[in-house]
Amino acid sequence: MSGESTVTTRSKVERSLGKRRRKESIFRILGIASTLVGVLFLLVFFWTLIGQGSSAFLQTFIEIEVEFSEDILAPAGELDLAYADFDAIARNALREKFPDVTSRSERRELNQLISVGAGYQIKDAIAGDPDLLGTTLLMQVPAAANVDMVLKENIDRNLGEDRRPISDSQLEWIDALIADGSLVSKFNVALFTNGDSREPELAGIRGALMGSFYMLLITVALAFPIGAAAAIYLEEFAPKNRWSDLIEVNINNLAAVPSIVFGLLGLAVFINWMSIPRSAPLVGGLVLSLLTLPVIIIAARAAIKAVPPSIREAALGLGASKMQVVFHHVMPLAMPGMLTGTIIGMSRALGESAPLLMIGMVAFIVDVPAGFSDPATALPVQIYLWADSPERAFAERTSAAIIVLLGFLLVMNLAAVIMRKKVERKW
Amino acid sequence: MQITTLTLIIAAMAAGAFYFGRERSLSVASGPSRMQTLHSLPGYYGYYTAIWALLPAMGLLLAWNLIEPRVIVGLIVQGLPDAEQSMSPGELNLLINNIRNLANGDIVSGEVGTVLQDAAARYLEYANTGRWMLAVLTIGLATLCASLAWRRITPKFRARNHVERVISGLLIAASSIAILTTIGIVMSVLFEAIRFFREVPLSEFLFGLNWSPQTAIRADQVGSSGSFGAVPLFTGTLLITGIAMFIAVPVGLMTAIYLAEYSSARIRTITKPILEILAGIPTVVYGFFAALTVAPVVRRAGESMGFEVASESALAAGLVMGIMIIPLVSSLSDDAINSVPRAMRDGALALGSTRSETMTKVILPAALPGIVGGILLAVSRAIGETMIVVMAAGLSANLTANPLEAVTTVTVQIVTLLVGDQEFDSAKTLAAFALGLMLFLITLGLNVLGIYVVRKYREEYD
Repeated sequence: MSGESTVTTRSKVERSLGKRRRKESIFRILGIASTLVGVLFLLVFFWTLIGQGSSAFLQTFIEIEVEFSEDILAPAGELDLAYADFDAIARNALREKFPDVTSRSERRELNQLISVGAGYQIKDAIAGDPDLLGTTLLMQVPAAANVDMVLKENIDRNLGEDRRPISDSQLEWIDALIADGSLVSKFNVALFTNGDSREPELAGIRGALMGSFYMLLITVALAFPIGAAAAIYLEEFAPKNRWSDLIEVNINNLAAVPSIVFGLLGLAVFINWMSIPRSAPLVGGLVLSLLTLPVIIIAARAAIKAVPPSIREAALGLGASKMQVVFHHVMPLAMPGMLTGTIIGMSRALGESAPLLMIGMVAFIVDVPAGFSDPATALPVQIYLWADSPERAFAERTSAAIIVLLGFLLVMNLAAVIMRKKVERKW
Repeated sequence: MQITTLTLIIAAMAAGAFYFGRERSLSVASGPSRMQTLHSLPGYYGYYTAIWALLPAMGLLLAWNLIEPRVIVGLIVQGLPDAEQSMSPGELNLLINNIRNLANGDIVSGEVGTVLQDAAARYLEYANTGRWMLAVLTIGLATLCASLAWRRITPKFRARNHVERVISGLLIAASSIAILTTIGIVMSVLFEAIRFFREVPLSEFLFGLNWSPQTAIRADQVGSSGSFGAVPLFTGTLLITGIAMFIAVPVGLMTAIYLAEYSSARIRTITKPILEILAGIPTVVYGFFAALTVAPVVRRAGESMGFEVASESALAAGLVMGIMIIPLVSSLSDDAINSVPRAMRDGALALGSTRSETMTKVILPAALPGIVGGILLAVSRAIGETMIVVMAAGLSANLTANPLEAVTTVTVQIVTLLVGDQEFDSAKTLAAFALGLMLFLITLGLNVLGIYVVRKYREEYD
């Protein structure tokens, strides 16, 4: 009786075995597929990003023979930097290359090939060296964004004339310029030295970078000491009571509050109540400090917890006060961990944009901020602003700005990883 | 005198106070050789004097900066002719702005009359006097307090205890900032939200089906009556969150299972950092990718299958948000799976179950509370996510469950209502704070619940 039942169980198991193994392999494949989803997304993401953005690091310039004509620059006999028509000089120089362009409308189309930045460049040249007046000089001035886009093949030449932002005759001139070697492609310095601009070929991320820099400066100056102090108190001194529990719950919860809510806090408290100017890196830095504080506190607490109690006991045994134990023995040992947490908090602050939208850091700001209360944007917000612009050239620049932002984040995270590896010690 | 200069002066004074305090302790102990007669190390006497030089003066500086602008404005208004004093608060505010701009040499709107010029001159005068008063007061206070502290130094004086008490007070203050932040958030959204609910009844906000926050400027304008029914926003948020969770939960969970149970250690060390990169990409970058790369692909794919797809479809935003949340779900699930005791897994395997059976029938049920807690945190993250939806989801409040249509979310509306010009007494601006309050309450609930579940579950096996 019992022998018979073993046989049936066994055969039952054996009969189901194939099905179970199939299930097992399906489960395994699902696991691999899920893991690949994330990895594949990253590959596609970086591939499109670099494909779109890498060309923005090069910029097209037109080489023209600039004549610093006295008629235009010094109509009254003296060099007139304030009111002289520098654009006209650039236009004349380009027209030299195409003597057969005569009609007004054609001339206007030809002028569109040069960026308005050419005028500024000529102005800077003569301002720097007034002796240029009356001479000619071979200069490379920025081409208009559309010329740049044609050269980078971001504008499809085969589309009908009315469906592309550049006309047939403009294309002809561009080809002629390419043929005589007047179009040169150089590293896009403007991207890193200019503030924002309505003209894609003149727009740069310098202003946004400086804005982000000032904000992070405030954030690190506030969040690191406060976060470290809070962590020390909670780990080393806090009595087990309601107040400590409340602080604890608050910190854990704040770490998960949507960042945009911190923006509302900044708007209501820092701007409306304390009347700190809008759009200033000061407000942004304050909001970001509050935002990163929980991250830093949690990391710092873990670092303090990792210091073995024997260190504390030894110091106490030698007669150190509780405060001396903490500041002379525990803190130095926990410092690398605290700093790692701070860097990670900073990299989160650098990528944050939603709260900054609330406190008016989305304005169009051309000037590079020079202090904590100048109006500014931040790098991620600049990305948001450029992503909204319809011009094809801005899409390219957005990708380039993203590459720069990701580069900064990568460096910060690598620093954190290396620091963790270097100082990690097993007790 | 600028505030930075003043701060630097006070800092220098504190450094000086440290030096003199330390010296005095040595001299009252009659020389370094007889240091043991002192209660504390000489440095502590230095710190004690420095603290007295620094803290009261800095406190005064801070308080002054908060109060001064108000006092000056009050004085200016008092000095204005009666005609200006009886203006409405809005006009008065504008006038004061003009006075301030004129005093700072900025551009002034409107004509500059004698009244304005007088007021600007007085403004400059007050500001100047204020600055000098502040400088004299803070420096005087620092000197006074430091010298009083200096005189207290005797060999028996317990300087270390005093210094440590101050430090521990600072530590408590630092840790209380978390509570202050929470109170600040609640207050700032609550007050404006209450003002909003005075104009728009709570029931209409919570149950109204129509959202169009444009309020009419003139009474005879058409189509902009301003209706504040937030239901379409809630459904839109839920739709996008649902799509995101539909991606993130299975993928994240299976990733965690695969990495915990199946993969070799080498694959794990490569894959985990890669997934961490996914978590480290800023949301604005995801938003850019969703709007410019994913949305067109979704649209083309949908249209080739014969569906009509909005160019800002909920699907594109939800998909990308789902990818963004994968690392969160997978790391929290990984924690939950790893905290199931080995004995349970070994027992199941020893009884002859396959690895997938062990996982689905033993480990997952045991880890379920932890996973659910993690999912709650992920949902809260998805609801509060802003940049992806601002860039990739639409602005029009559609009440629909169709993922191919454009919907809008709570966060998108907060951003659109508050970016740009704003006046703080219109229902349109206040609505953003009411939405912020809802957002805060909902995510708070999810977080507290999630953290509680995760924590409670972890304790069970420890």
